[in-house]
Amino acid sequence: MSYESLETSRAQRTLTGTARLLLALHLDGPLFIGLCLVGAVGTIVVFSASGSSVGFLKAQVLRFLLGLGAMIVLAQVPPRVIRTATPWVYLVGLILLVLVAITGDIAMGAQRWLDLGIVRFQPSEIMKLAVPLACAWYLHERPLPPSLPSLLVLALGIGVPTLLIAEQPDLGTSLLVAAAGGMVLLLAGLQVRYIASVIALLVPVAFVAWQFLLHDYQRQRVLTFLDPQSDPLGAGYHIIQSQIAIGSGGIFGKGYLNGSQAQLEFLPERSTDFVFAVIGEEWGLIGLVTVLVLYLFVIGRSLYLATTAHDTFSRLAAGSLSLTFCVYVFVNTGMVTGLLPVVGVPLPFISYGGTAMVTLMAGFGILMSLCAKRKLVSR
Amino acid sequence: MPTVRIKDHHAEQQLFERRAIAAAVIMVLAVGAVIARLVWLQVVKYDYFVQLSQGNRIRIEPIPPNRGLIMDRNGLILATNAPSYQLELTREQVQDLDATLNGLAAMDLIDPADIPTLKKDIRSRRSFEAVPIKLQLTEEELARFAARRHQFPGVEIRPRLTRYYPLGSSAVHAIGYVGAISEEDKKRLDLERYAGTTLTGKSGIERAYEHELHGRAGFQQLLVNAQGRRVERIGNEIPELERREPLAGNDLYLTIDQRVQQVAEEALRGHRASAVAIDPSNGDVLAFVSTPGFDPNLFARGLTRAQYLALTEDPNRPMYDRALRGTYPPGSTVKPLMALAALEYGVVTPHDTRFCRGSWRMPGGRDRLRRDWKREGHGAVDMRKAIATSCDVYFWDVAHVMGVDRIHDYLAQFGLGQQTGIDIEGEREGILPSTEWKRRAFKSPEAKIWYPGDTVSIGIGQGYMTATPLQLAHAIATLAAHGKRYQPRLVRAIRDAATGVTRELEPVRLPDAKVKDPSWWDVAIAGMVDVANAPHGTARYYIYQMGKPPYTMAGKSGTAQVFTVAATERMRKASELAEHLRDHALFVAFAPVEDPKIAVAVIVENAPRGGSAYAGPIARKILDAYLLTPEQLAEQQAKYPQPSAEPGPNTTE
Repeated sequence: MSYESLETSRAQRTLTGTARLLLALHLDGPLFIGLCLVGAVGTIVVFSASGSSVGFLKAQVLRFLLGLGAMIVLAQVPPRVIRTATPWVYLVGLILLVLVAITGDIAMGAQRWLDLGIVRFQPSEIMKLAVPLACAWYLHERPLPPSLPSLLVLALGIGVPTLLIAEQPDLGTSLLVAAAGGMVLLLAGLQVRYIASVIALLVPVAFVAWQFLLHDYQRQRVLTFLDPQSDPLGAGYHIIQSQIAIGSGGIFGKGYLNGSQAQLEFLPERSTDFVFAVIGEEWGLIGLVTVLVLYLFVIGRSLYLATTAHDTFSRLAAGSLSLTFCVYVFVNTGMVTGLLPVVGVPLPFISYGGTAMVTLMAGFGILMSLCAKRKLVSR
Repeated sequence: MPTVRIKDHHAEQQLFERRAIAAAVIMVLAVGAVIARLVWLQVVKYDYFVQLSQGNRIRIEPIPPNRGLIMDRNGLILATNAPSYQLELTREQVQDLDATLNGLAAMDLIDPADIPTLKKDIRSRRSFEAVPIKLQLTEEELARFAARRHQFPGVEIRPRLTRYYPLGSSAVHAIGYVGAISEEDKKRLDLERYAGTTLTGKSGIERAYEHELHGRAGFQQLLVNAQGRRVERIGNEIPELERREPLAGNDLYLTIDQRVQQVAEEALRGHRASAVAIDPSNGDVLAFVSTPGFDPNLFARGLTRAQYLALTEDPNRPMYDRALRGTYPPGSTVKPLMALAALEYGVVTPHDTRFCRGSWRMPGGRDRLRRDWKREGHGAVDMRKAIATSCDVYFWDVAHVMGVDRIHDYLAQFGLGQQTGIDIEGEREGILPSTEWKRRAFKSPEAKIWYPGDTVSIGIGQGYMTATPLQLAHAIATLAAHGKRYQPRLVRAIRDAATGVTRELEPVRLPDAKVKDPSWWDVAIAGMVDVANAPHGTARYYIYQMGKPPYTMAGKSGTAQVFTVAATERMRKASELAEHLRDHALFVAFAPVEDPKIAVAVIVENAPRGGSAYAGPIARKILDAYLLTPEQLAEQQAKYPQPSAEPGPNTTE
């Protein structure tokens, strides 16, 4: 008996020790564990999706660890510092975007990268964080729900970077940036009548965008989404193949490393944007629902943390970051399952690829800093 | 009264919480939608997608269509498709591409110099596509590869149909040839229709009628295993595989009469020469010869670098289409047209005479003394006799009076100086000079000036004037038809492969060449009849070597100077001059005069003798081939086995 109780208490002690460490590092335990679980799923799936490539596996683990590091570091930055730095980061990001538009490198037909000598770097990634933070910063001192003039300033602050990114062209990122800003407005209590009028406005704007702003390939994606069979070997190929992969996985899946769609390379971009289909093929409905539940947990937990934040800036920023994460998940899974048109949005923490993972982790670091329980003395 | 709003932290906290809850609800709904979609895909439509995923082991392979046949006007096959074996490589089945290609090169199956191009081509295709790396294997190469086949996984021998020209080089410049599709071709062609096709038309009919000849690719589904290798069944199941048959290309009936073509080629063999025969009543090109030719089968087979260099560096330029692109001074063959121009502008009447003393000097000008080809002169000549005897003095005189621009305007009606519009590409325009032309053609101010002496040379088809054999035949056909002009064409009818229906193409009528008095046609033609038949006609002696033609023949000889020698010097025998300095011999003719069925232009570069003596009998043979029955031909052959090689009357006109 005493032996058993001793064991228990040792386990308890370990747990409490870990909890103390997390607290000291301003990290939220449940969220931290959720993120690590998603990251683990990512590494396992990418190994299969890359055709059992150890190189991919190593790179994915390395990036995840790098992201964790970024998150832990950012969680240590006091909220006030984050708030003070926000407008400057936003301005720098905007200037970089303009620079890209003028001089940027052209990679894969799109002008997204800025060559800083040592690293090539996508300013649009900064904007994914800077735009929602800047909106929250702007509303911090102002009474909520926001007044019409404030709304116009915010619309400009979101619209300009969105358009700059959309013109690169990177439709996926521009949508995410716009969504992140929009989330701040919604959480700040944007009146329902404004929401309604924005939706009403979207129709003519969509028309204009279709006619003048969208690139041919972007238009093609929408058209193909509406009728994938119209071009089964061209643009519709992705959508058709990914639905075949998911559908043929059934409830239980074909088994790890056994998905014929993925392993025979019928599924394009299977380790990046379409990795969700690989999970569906190899792990079935059960695997997909598990992943979705994990995501819901992460989002729910961060949204809860947002409500515990002490000031307007923290609340709005944290809330927007968690909801934007949700948009990520929904847009990617929606596109892979054929609910939404194909826009280049990766599945967070699972898709193979560098910058997005680090940016997301950084976002969670900021969120944890803003919402950490701190002793009043230390503030 | 404006209200000042103050921040209410408690209310804002509550507002945020309400919004967060709403967002959470929407979020759960969105994820719910995704899950509902997953249930639809993975549970409800599971069987359907499983089948599709199985279907992904089914590969679609294009089946190239059979290229349309090319036949002469009587249905004799000129281009067809013959089975051959080619070597194909499928990238995804090859372990080491470099080693494989080097291995094949070591076995002498591919040229090591071609490896970089091959690699580029292979990489540009999808990994499971079979890329041809050698087009036609000889029996010997086939055996050599078969013996060591196991060393080259991913490289297969495949039977294919390739283009085959049973008559070899005959009519090659009209038919053209096919060759491997190049990068340049890819830009021009609809690649979807060319899936599986390796050859495309490069010149002549093969190129101009590519859209008719090619057809549409079909496809078949193949069952493949995970490695992409073809298998017969999945387990015990033999799945049903779809197949869409390709639609063969349309067959073409040419206007060429292979009998005539062959006779003309035979007669011109060994020369750099060209002959074009046209039916004046519709523009049908009955013969289209440019010698030397080349064997188009080489290109379909994929020719080696050495073979290609041999073709392009041959000084006789076998690839050069002289009929379409060779421009020659028409010489005296232009005189009948010049005569009509003179009548049209009222410079002379048919019966006006000029007295020919054997030489002529431009009135009042500083021009040199010009000598007629016949030193002693022709005496008093009217128009008919001027044509028959090819009197230079007469035509110098009328040309001088007309002036170059009027000559230009009149002769343009016969299609000189412009493309005839024949249905293959690459036609040259030749030069029909005018003062305007000279202004544009030359740079320096003094060269731009048109001198009256320039006009005089034009009068006998020399100087700046040039024309292609096709243009000359077209102009003579127009004259034979009393001004009715048809666009020359090589394709008479198209047989639709899908319906089997043969569609005759309508001849294209061009604007008529006009004369004020229709009886003038007969004056010019009478002169040409005399050339071939009258005792004073320049060509009678040579034409009649094969007996009097059993039809009324009209003709006109010509000599194009290659090298300017003093008039007196030109009296020397042509055979004494270096070969490449000799004059070109020309002859134009048509028959029967009463109802012209064939008009012909013959040009022999650097001929051993003059137009009448050398090109005349060739023109006669071409007319015979078309107009005489086989019995008549045999009879004539028996009577006059070999035309005498004796030089006849001096005719260097």
